[in-house]
Parts: sequence; structure tokens; C-alpha cells
Amino acid sequence: MTAAEVTATVVGFARTLRAAGVSAGPDRVHAMVAATGHLDATRRRDVYWAGRLTLCGSPDDLERYDRAFAAYFAGEKAPPVRRVQTVDVERAVAVPTREPAAGGPMDGEDLSVATASRLEILRHRDLAALTADDRDTVRRLIAAIDPVGQPRLSRRHQSAARGGVDARRTVRALLRSSGEPARLQRRARRVRPRRLVLVVDVSGSMQPYADPLLRFAHAAARRRPGTEVFTLGTRLTRVTREMRVREPAAALAAVSRAVPDWSGGTRLGELLQAFLDRWGQRGVARGAVVVLASDGWERGDADHLGTQMARLHRLAHRVVWVNPHRAQPGYQPMTAGMLAALPHVDDFVDGHSLAALEQLAEVIGGR
Amino acid sequence: MTDVTSPDHLAGLLDAQGYLADEGLATAAFLAIRMHRPLFCEGDAGVGKTALAGALAAVLGAPLIRLQCYEGLDAAQALYDWDFPRQLLHLRAAEAVGVTDADRIEAELYDRRFLVARPLLQALETDPCVLLVDEVDRADDEFEAFLLEVLSDWTITVPELGTIRAATPPVVIVTSNRTREVHDALKRRCLYHWLGHPGFDREVAIIRRRLPDVTDALAHGVARVAADLRGEDLLKPPGVAESLDWAEAMLTLGARDLDVDLAAASLGALLKYREDQDLVVGRLAQWAVTSVAG
Repeated sequence: MTAAEVTATVVGFARTLRAAGVSAGPDRVHAMVAATGHLDATRRRDVYWAGRLTLCGSPDDLERYDRAFAAYFAGEKAPPVRRVQTVDVERAVAVPTREPAAGGPMDGEDLSVATASRLEILRHRDLAALTADDRDTVRRLIAAIDPVGQPRLSRRHQSAARGGVDARRTVRALLRSSGEPARLQRRARRVRPRRLVLVVDVSGSMQPYADPLLRFAHAAARRRPGTEVFTLGTRLTRVTREMRVREPAAALAAVSRAVPDWSGGTRLGELLQAFLDRWGQRGVARGAVVVLASDGWERGDADHLGTQMARLHRLAHRVVWVNPHRAQPGYQPMTAGMLAALPHVDDFVDGHSLAALEQLAEVIGGR
Repeated sequence: MTDVTSPDHLAGLLDAQGYLADEGLATAAFLAIRMHRPLFCEGDAGVGKTALAGALAAVLGAPLIRLQCYEGLDAAQALYDWDFPRQLLHLRAAEAVGVTDADRIEAELYDRRFLVARPLLQALETDPCVLLVDEVDRADDEFEAFLLEVLSDWTITVPELGTIRAATPPVVIVTSNRTREVHDALKRRCLYHWLGHPGFDREVAIIRRRLPDVTDALAHGVARVAADLRGEDLLKPPGVAESLDWAEAMLTLGARDLDVDLAAASLGALLKYREDQDLVVGRLAQWAVTSVAG
């Protein structure tokens, strides 16, 4: 094979790979061509490794790579991209029972002017029972919440008026004044917010609250890089990447494409274990403020949920459980899952209304 | 520096150092050497990411320079630092002999000899060498920015001194346990290799190679238990490092095969969680029987 043929083959393969969902950019393709040059381009094995080492960037890419490689070098066409069922998030939110009549007194410019008293009522209204207009207002207000994790001392220092002596800066000042003893420069450890991890249950029983809670998560993730967001349905999905989109609506649309299982039931214990095995224990949950938003409706073994909650509690700095149903009059944590989880929860809060979400932000910040 | 001609050749050389690399890892390391590209090794703890750097250094006859990452790691600890006490002494000495030319003193103060090289600068100035950036996922985002300049241009810029450039880029191994996602910009400049747990036969071979005194029966028994446990629902499945520790522990206790009592007594070398140990202790007898029969 000539160099030009190798390049053409590699470029064609990279295209197939991108269609399979691996983001093999031009610089990676260039690296593969270079790598092939150091190996034997006529050997299937060498081409396989040259590509895998340069085009992939995470373990998730490897399986797709293997499929695309097998397909492309067997002369097949690229396998079709897995169709993901998209769910309209707007729909997933309960549709209000009473639409304001068109042209009625509630319509028109009156609505855009949110008066203080109307806002106050809105703040305490259950998120599941909002009219379409109120929902827009509430969404804007949720986007303005700024949940910040509790502060912790960082390993990095900054100059401070009091604290330990900063030898580096002191000597630097000394050198500037040609060795004359200068004032001691001091430093103190910087304060940083703890990582915030939000795990949102999107199963059937949580449906009306999934949208506002994910918007809350988006508000947190946009402001603090490092915030992690997961959804629980029939399986665990990490949606941190999708949450990076700036517009809440676009971010939620991306989330709904990524989450395969809106509605349906939850096996909380198993999913929590999947979260801890794959992410939590390795570092995501360590020392973090972990917020679990769920009604605790466990379809699996409640004891298992209890064990996993105990594990989470040992890893995390603080475990906050948000249960929107808690605000209902006469609520008692009677579901087996909720009873098993509660001993391992530091804060048990509502989260059913805007005011409750604001309070949640305060709990997260340790206020 | 030893010249490496092909992945198979490199695998043979690593083998001679007691490191058994499979085809993928040998190709990855070979390309890292030939393309002057860092090798980003990701995988569970204890699969031999760090050991690879040591073995490569031995193969290439080059010193190993190690940078252990942690949160808050900064330029003064990773790149370079000025040797302030010596600078001060120099200043006093210059004053004592009556040098008053401020420009001259300043130029002398920020001379290369007062610069203390930390691992990354050391690696650029040592030719040849193997640089191990260990557990980069433990460092914070700020640190990845320092690393980018070094690993893409092989230069370090010292404001007072200018840019220091490597004559030949070092062989770089970057490891990550994947406790967090490392930035794409860093990964793009590297070759990416995911290290999985070895298969049963390879693990037996690794144990036999690293611990020549272990009997065949014990090596098989340990590898069987380790392989089975990786399929189980454990808090921390054992890596190769743990099975090696366990085999060594049992060897020290005088085991010739998978003896149930000795295995139970030394289980702490293999499993590091009480819950995991409770799960396994009861099943040791069963493994011991199959290992003798097999």
C-alpha cells in the first residue's frame, strides 16, 4: 500500500468511526496515519492497534471502535447509528388541568409582569400543579438559583493577612529590597466549595418533578464545573456532559436524548450500587455533597438500598434526600425504600415547589 | 538507549524485565517510544500501569523520573522552583565584595544554577529518560494546563530565564484510575490505552514470573480465585497487584497450594474491604478443592 492509500483508508475509517459515535477529530486521524507509518500497514492487527491507540479516548469508545473496525475492514458499510428514542421533556412534565382561556383576563401583558404577591404564591405552589404560564416563570426562577456546595479547605494557598509564613513570597520581597529584611508575607489555605453530585430519579412516580429538578441540576452544573449529574430510571445514566449546554431547554433536550428510560419503575438499590461502583467510590462521591431526588419507591429489595445508602454515607460529606411527595399533607415515610434509606441521610427535604428548591440550595451550601 | 524495532521486539525485552505485556500494550509502548507521544494508560487500580513505566525504563536503560499527582500540586512542585536560600547567600556575598551593579546582581540571581528542577523539568533535561506522571486524575484541572505545555511542545517557560527545551522528548507514561474524566485536550496529545485485567493464563504466567518460588499449584489457585472474584459483585475486585501480594503472603506463610487456613489468614492481601472478605471466606474451601482437583 502506498502512503496515499493508507491515508485514504484511514480517513474513510475515521468517518465510519465518527458515524458510530466516537469523536475522532482531525488531529487524532493525523496521529493514526503517523502511527501506521511506524507499524506494518498491511497487517490487520497493526492497523487495529494504530487506530485504537490514537482515535479512542475513553473506555466507552472501545466497544464502538471494535464494531466499526470489524465492519469497515470487512468491507461492510458503517453500522447505522443506534437510534435513541427522544422524549419531549416538556411533555414529560404534567400538563396542567386548567389552561387559561385565550383572550381572558389572565392573558396578555399582565402575565409578563410578575407582581411580588403573585411570585410569592407561585414560590409555594406545587410544581406538579402549575399552569403553562406559571411554569415558564418558575423555570426562569429555577435557572437563577445558585446551589453551591459547602466550603472546604483546599490544598492550595493564597496570600492572606494572617496565617503561616509564605517563604517563597517573603524571600522574593527580600530579593527585591536587595536582601534587607522585609515584612513577612503570610498565606492561608484557600476555601473551595465541595463537589456537588445530583442524582435525579426520572421514573414514573417522579414524573411531574423530573423537569424542575433537572433544571435545578442544570443551574448547579452550569455555575460550578465539576458538578456531576446522574439520572435513575430503569438504569443509571450520567448526564453531566449534556448539562454543559448553556440554554436550559437545549440542555434538557440533550438529557432526554441521552436518558433511555423516562418513566418506568426504579430499582433504587441496584442503580445506587451501579453509581457507587462506577463513579462514587472512585472519587465522584468522596467528600462531596450528594443530593438524591426520589420518592423512595423501591421496586427491588429495600435492604439492598439500605446497604448501598450506608456505603454512600461513608463516602460522601453529606447526603441530602429530596422527596417532593414529602410536602403532601399527612406524609409519612412509609415506603420500604424510604424507611431503609432514611438512617443514612443527613438532610431530608421537600423540593416540591420553588421555595423548597431554594431551601434545598441552602441545605447544599450548609446554611 | 536500546533501539526498539517492533512491538514484538519490545514485548520480548519487557518480558526479560519480568513484565508480561500483551500485544496491545506492547504496540502502545512501541508507538509511544517511536512517535514521541505520551502514552495515557487508564484502567482499574493494580493492573500494572505504574509497573509498565519501571519496566520500560529498565528496557531502555534510562532513568525513571516519577511525578506523583495529588490535589493542589502546583508549578513549584511539578516544574521548577528557585533556590531562595542560595540566592540570598549569593546576594550577601556580592555585597560583601562590594559589587554594586544592580543589573549584574539581578542577572546573576536568576541564573540556571539557582533553579531547582522538579520532575517535569528534570525529565526535559535528562536524555534519555522515562517520565511517569502517576494518577493524573488526582491532580486538579489547573495542573493539567501545566502538563499540556510540557507534553505538547516539550518546553517549559521560566519567566526570568526563558524557555527550556528538551533535546529529545522523554518517553512519557501518564496513568489514571479514572476517578474523574481528564480533559480531552490532554488526552488528544496522547496515545490512549485501556488496561484490563489479564486473563487466567497470563495471570498465572505473571505470578510465576514475578515470584519464581511459588509452586504451580499455588499460582493456579491464586489466579483462579482472582479471576472468579473479578466476576463477582465486590466493592473492590482484586487487581494483579493484589493477587501478587496474596501469592507472596501465602508463600511467606509456607503454602504449597491453595491451603484454606493460610488463604483465610492472608486474605487481607487480596481484599481490602470487610464486606468483601466476609463474602469470600466461606467459599475458600470450595476453591481449594477445585484447585487441587484441577
